[in-house]
Amino acid sequence: MLGKYLKETRTTTLFILMVGAFVVMSVFLPGKFLTLSNFQSMSSQIPEFGLLAIAIMLAMLTGGIDLSVISIANLAGVGAALILTGSLFPQLGGGYGEILVIIVAILFALVISLLCGLVNGFLIAYIEAPAILATLGTMSIFSGIAIVITRGYGITGFPESFLFIGNGTIFSIPMPLIIFIFCVLIMALILNKTSFGFNLYMLGSNPIASRFSGINNRGILVRTYMLSGFYAGLASIIMISRVNSIRPGYGSAYLLQAILVCVLGGVDPSGGYGNISGLVIGIIMLQILQSGFNILAFSPFSKNVIWGLMLILVMVLNFYSSSFSKRPKKLKIQ
Amino acid sequence: MAEELLKIQNVSKSYAGVRALDNVNMSIGKGEVHCLVGENGSGKSTLIKIIAGVVKPDEGEIIINGKTFRNLRPIDSINEGIQVIYQDLSLFPNLSVAENISLNQLIVEKRRLINWKEIKDIAKKELSNINREINLSERVENLSIANKQLVAICRALIQNAKLIIMDEPTTAITKREIDYLLSVILDLKKRGISTLFVSHKLSEVLQIAERVTVLRDGKKIGDYSADELDYDTLSFYMSGKEVVSSPFSYEEKHGRKPMLEVKNLSKKGDFKDISFKLKPGEIIGVIGPLGSGRTELALSLFGLNKPDSGEIYINGQLVRMDSPQKAISLGLSYLPEDRLHQGLFLRQSVQNNLVVTILKKLLNKFKLLDHNKKYKYAKEWVNRLSINVPSLEAAAQALSGGNQQRLVIAKWLATDPKIFILDSPTVGIDIASKNNIHNIIKQLAREGMGIIMISDEAPEIFRNCNRIMVMIDGSIVRELNTVDITEDELFDMLSSN
Repeated sequence: MLGKYLKETRTTTLFILMVGAFVVMSVFLPGKFLTLSNFQSMSSQIPEFGLLAIAIMLAMLTGGIDLSVISIANLAGVGAALILTGSLFPQLGGGYGEILVIIVAILFALVISLLCGLVNGFLIAYIEAPAILATLGTMSIFSGIAIVITRGYGITGFPESFLFIGNGTIFSIPMPLIIFIFCVLIMALILNKTSFGFNLYMLGSNPIASRFSGINNRGILVRTYMLSGFYAGLASIIMISRVNSIRPGYGSAYLLQAILVCVLGGVDPSGGYGNISGLVIGIIMLQILQSGFNILAFSPFSKNVIWGLMLILVMVLNFYSSSFSKRPKKLKIQ
Repeated sequence: MAEELLKIQNVSKSYAGVRALDNVNMSIGKGEVHCLVGENGSGKSTLIKIIAGVVKPDEGEIIINGKTFRNLRPIDSINEGIQVIYQDLSLFPNLSVAENISLNQLIVEKRRLINWKEIKDIAKKELSNINREINLSERVENLSIANKQLVAICRALIQNAKLIIMDEPTTAITKREIDYLLSVILDLKKRGISTLFVSHKLSEVLQIAERVTVLRDGKKIGDYSADELDYDTLSFYMSGKEVVSSPFSYEEKHGRKPMLEVKNLSKKGDFKDISFKLKPGEIIGVIGPLGSGRTELALSLFGLNKPDSGEIYINGQLVRMDSPQKAISLGLSYLPEDRLHQGLFLRQSVQNNLVVTILKKLLNKFKLLDHNKKYKYAKEWVNRLSINVPSLEAAAQALSGGNQQRLVIAKWLATDPKIFILDSPTVGIDIASKNNIHNIIKQLAREGMGIIMISDEAPEIFRNCNRIMVMIDGSIVRELNTVDITEDELFDMLSSN
């Protein structure tokens, strides 16, 4: 009962904070924050790091972490770009239509991201490497491969219709936002309504008990990291389409933000707890702050300091709120 | 009774309105071996902490060596010669025997430099005082638990202990080691040093103690001389309930064909050459001390510990147990030894804990979880085993030990197992719940389930099994039918091994 109450108040608190941030920004940045263009730019940025945050959340729910999501996105983006620009499988462009090239490019990117996730999952589940080290290693490998392929240069010039994914609108709703909402709903379904999702939470809260209960821990872990990679791949498609180019290193600022959003959204870094609604509120809140800082023309460096401070602050608050909620329990035992 | 060393008068203590101790009186004489027993939450630990000066009582006084303390501090308690040896012994595993024994002494004297020879001399002298020998330069982590206890006792003696309090000293040691500990205690007694044991293992309490003080719900039930008690009266005093335990009798009505047969199963370092058969409706008790390989054997049967050689047959079919999933699909269930870490998802809800093994049954035709069905299933099992829960959403950690264990049993019964392996099913559980769990197990066997029950408590095994396998050092050394022996004979047999 208490746990549920706290969990719910946590989401509510977060929601109130988000509304608070919104009001503060609207009042103190009159005529700049509450503008259509600002909202459009916000809704085009949310999907990219939102999908990356979901990817990291998945790993966190198992008690691990996926530091390689940005690198996966880069490598998948490079793969897609090679096909889109005709460097890979140029015969596709010839007799076949542009749409086919785009579909193959997207599939290629997603396959790459799934394979990258598979490597992570294998290292963590079968080699039993700590997730933070395994994904730190693969982070370096994946982005290294991307750099070697492109020799560090950017790839630009994608087919016009591909750019619709990142820049188009349907009923004036930006396409990336539509994709993001769809992906969030799918993830909510996976986490709350499938046996995979259920087992994921159980594994995260006690991997020994889940093994003793007949849950295939390794299978769950591999699938989790593959799914995490898949979401990174989706983020990369939106990203390269929005800016009509790919260069290894794109989006590296998102890593800290995505982790911050997870912790802010109530995902327990030690595993087992956290839900998608908290995460989404966290994402929106961070984006409100982000665009406020942009309007105020904060430098990226000072923003980094702020994000870092926020991450630490959230953990300090978590520490105190959890020791508060533990106190009555201790008395009960006596 | 001899001269009084410690006297506790009208001591009461409340925590947040809950009376942990209610007007308790107790006294310990010089050289007496005294036992304090009570179930979890009866106030044993609080009382010890009060004697050690760690916790202040709300009311009452403590008289040590004739001096009355109203506000006893830990340092007063130590100065008066009271030493507490906690269950984990609080030794430094990476230091030598000599260092462990002498260190406290050096700290008390506020030394800044270490004289290695002196360390050895102090330790040697103390060990010879109780006529025992241990290699002084051996690292403590390499010692047997009995020798570790000896080190802890020496460390206490060096600080002029007059009363040594031992918290659950016999939980992890074998019969022989208990006898050894007892002989040390008798030597201490000759020197006029008193011992206070805290224990929940009744048979050992009766073996060791001269006098027994029973606590229940913070109140003292009484002081008894150990001679006037037996297992049943003591458990009655502790629980306040007349526990009716019906002996288990096996009837061969579910067929004679073994449902589980193990042939020459071996795993290096764990167990060797294990063979036995389990028929439907049987309860086989596996008894042996910690480290005898009993748990490792159970893990192997459940696919969690791959054996090196040997065969496992289920209903006559040779099977390879390579994962718990496989074991479950073959109708096996395993209640693990460590309920808190292996059995439960402590922070997850009762409901989630219950359905984790049967999730497949709760999916609808789109392969999605049916939350109504999940709720109904969980509710049904909570009712069936009368698990006392605040709500199905409550975290498992909010339940009492007995209810937690019934929760783990329920989660396995939900899979409809044919063979159920229960590893130490009633550790740390109060007597009434213990009895309830035993009755559940016996009922399951009567309905035709094959059960293997692992325990290190002889009465538990004797009273609930029809066959007993004694396991020592990885081998089954004796196999016998319960009807052929008495409880005392089983006890003697275990002591002699």
